[in-house]
Amino acid sequence: MMQLTKEQQEIYDGKQGETLAKVMKTLVKYGEVFGAEKMVPVTGKHNHLVTSFGLKALGPVYDLMNRLIEAGNLSKQTFSADPRPLDKNVPANFLQNFIFNHFMYSRQDFYEDQLNKLGLMEKDAFTCTCYMDEVGNKPQKGDVLSWAESSAVVYANSVLGARCNRNSGIMDIMGSVVGYVPYFGLLTDEGRKASWIIEIKTTKKPEAQLLGSAIGMKVMEDVPYVVGLDKWLGTELNDEACTYLKDFGAATASNGAVGLYHIENLTPEAVESGKALVNENARTYVIDDAELERVYKNYPVVWKNPDAKPKLCFMGCPHMSLQQLKDWTDKVEKSLKEAGNKKVLIPTVFTAAPAVLKAFEQTEYAPRLKATGVITSYICPLMYMNNPLSGKMPVITSSNKLRTYTTAKYYTDDEILQQITKGGNV
Amino acid sequence: MKTFQGRVIASGNVTAQAVVSHEGLNTLASFQKALQFGDKTATCGDQNNPDLYGKQMAGKALCLPQTIGSTTGGLVLYCACSMNRQPACMLFSKPIDSLAAAGAILADVWLENVSMPVIDSLGDDFLQYVKDGMQITVDENGTVTVSD
Repeated sequence: MMQLTKEQQEIYDGKQGETLAKVMKTLVKYGEVFGAEKMVPVTGKHNHLVTSFGLKALGPVYDLMNRLIEAGNLSKQTFSADPRPLDKNVPANFLQNFIFNHFMYSRQDFYEDQLNKLGLMEKDAFTCTCYMDEVGNKPQKGDVLSWAESSAVVYANSVLGARCNRNSGIMDIMGSVVGYVPYFGLLTDEGRKASWIIEIKTTKKPEAQLLGSAIGMKVMEDVPYVVGLDKWLGTELNDEACTYLKDFGAATASNGAVGLYHIENLTPEAVESGKALVNENARTYVIDDAELERVYKNYPVVWKNPDAKPKLCFMGCPHMSLQQLKDWTDKVEKSLKEAGNKKVLIPTVFTAAPAVLKAFEQTEYAPRLKATGVITSYICPLMYMNNPLSGKMPVITSSNKLRTYTTAKYYTDDEILQQITKGGNV
Repeated sequence: MKTFQGRVIASGNVTAQAVVSHEGLNTLASFQKALQFGDKTATCGDQNNPDLYGKQMAGKALCLPQTIGSTTGGLVLYCACSMNRQPACMLFSKPIDSLAAAGAILADVWLENVSMPVIDSLGDDFLQYVKDGMQITVDENGTVTVSD
């Protein structure tokens, strides 16, 4: 049974208004389902919301947001939100544009106005990688959060050492409106212990998106403790390691439901506590080259014509880092030169946070990437793909999250590079 | 006929025909088309779910292990309830996940005149026993009766 403080009880009883009472009741009920005995303050500086899209079908969500706004129950923290679903820079045919703008996302402006009223950090704070330095929503170790967006939650918990459950949309903003979240699951020390040991025994650095997928599908919502990955990533959370973990984590969270992972000798809690984080009866999953190959080969082919020529390539789900954009500029240039080509052979979109793209534009890499024909965008590839028209398009990606939720076909980074610069099937 | 006892997440009494997913239900992928394109029967649109793809979910007793997928899951379920396209009840063999719980609780607290009893922890036996088309009766105390 939940024990509320005097202030929390007063809110629950309606002394600060009927709407805020409903918000508190929602969170208390939510916590009770998972055995929470108390509500704890949200201590992170900013929140992050998963719902960024003015999808016509989500009318009831906008009605609920209106109730909060009209009652003056705004977010106590400013927040970022997931990427926008529309960007005119991204190739789309006439029919797609018509459906996107006049049918599916016809409430985009209306919803962005609601977000501004509720407490959006700034007008372009739309990205799934809000924790990038350029964006400025990077929690501190130990911060209690009320975030949603599975890839951001798993990154905040694992790489930054913040504490956040895998919240649903709407639950995310309720936590920052009332300022409290129920104390259970990944907020607790016990809930952060691992029930799986993952032994990495590959002969080369495993592909981040493939490794994350394998682990996610095996452990589902459990916490894995990964041994042997430091051999490939090192023991310092530098830019390269963080980028790897961003993509790895997104795959664990979307192919399974992982909210937290520990990497031995690398992520903060694993460095601090080591194997003390592992539960006594933890199971073991060994990953070698053959296991990754098995996972890759087992992905279902959902294209009508499996040999169709790709019409679009998306990179950046979750959004790319500044260093990733620079590295890929070098890689695309080099590979095009080797093949004697000047521009990419498949329309290709690299996605990143608006603030990261702004920083990228100030580097000498931006004109070089543009010269290869690659388009940069802040769009959410998932939202672009989530409709019957785009669903029929043969789209390729190295994002395992995009593969999971849409009809996009997954290839490794090297295979993607080959296809967009040299053509042909891999 | 067989009876199973679970935990009440959202209470209510209802009788409906079963539709069964042996895999996790991807809420966004399953409901998005129905919400977007005015399908009142809420036909499951998740091509990756062979058990449910193309079947009606609205008004049915939806039997499943857990929900999976995007953290929009809870709000999608809330929208389905608000638009009266929700299952008659949701019956989980495992303890409910945070996304489905959010959807069920949001609907329970914020919507009036909407009923979707939700019971969890019914056990693996429940999901092995129940088949599409069987009649399900849910009692507000969490008892689920499955009739052949």
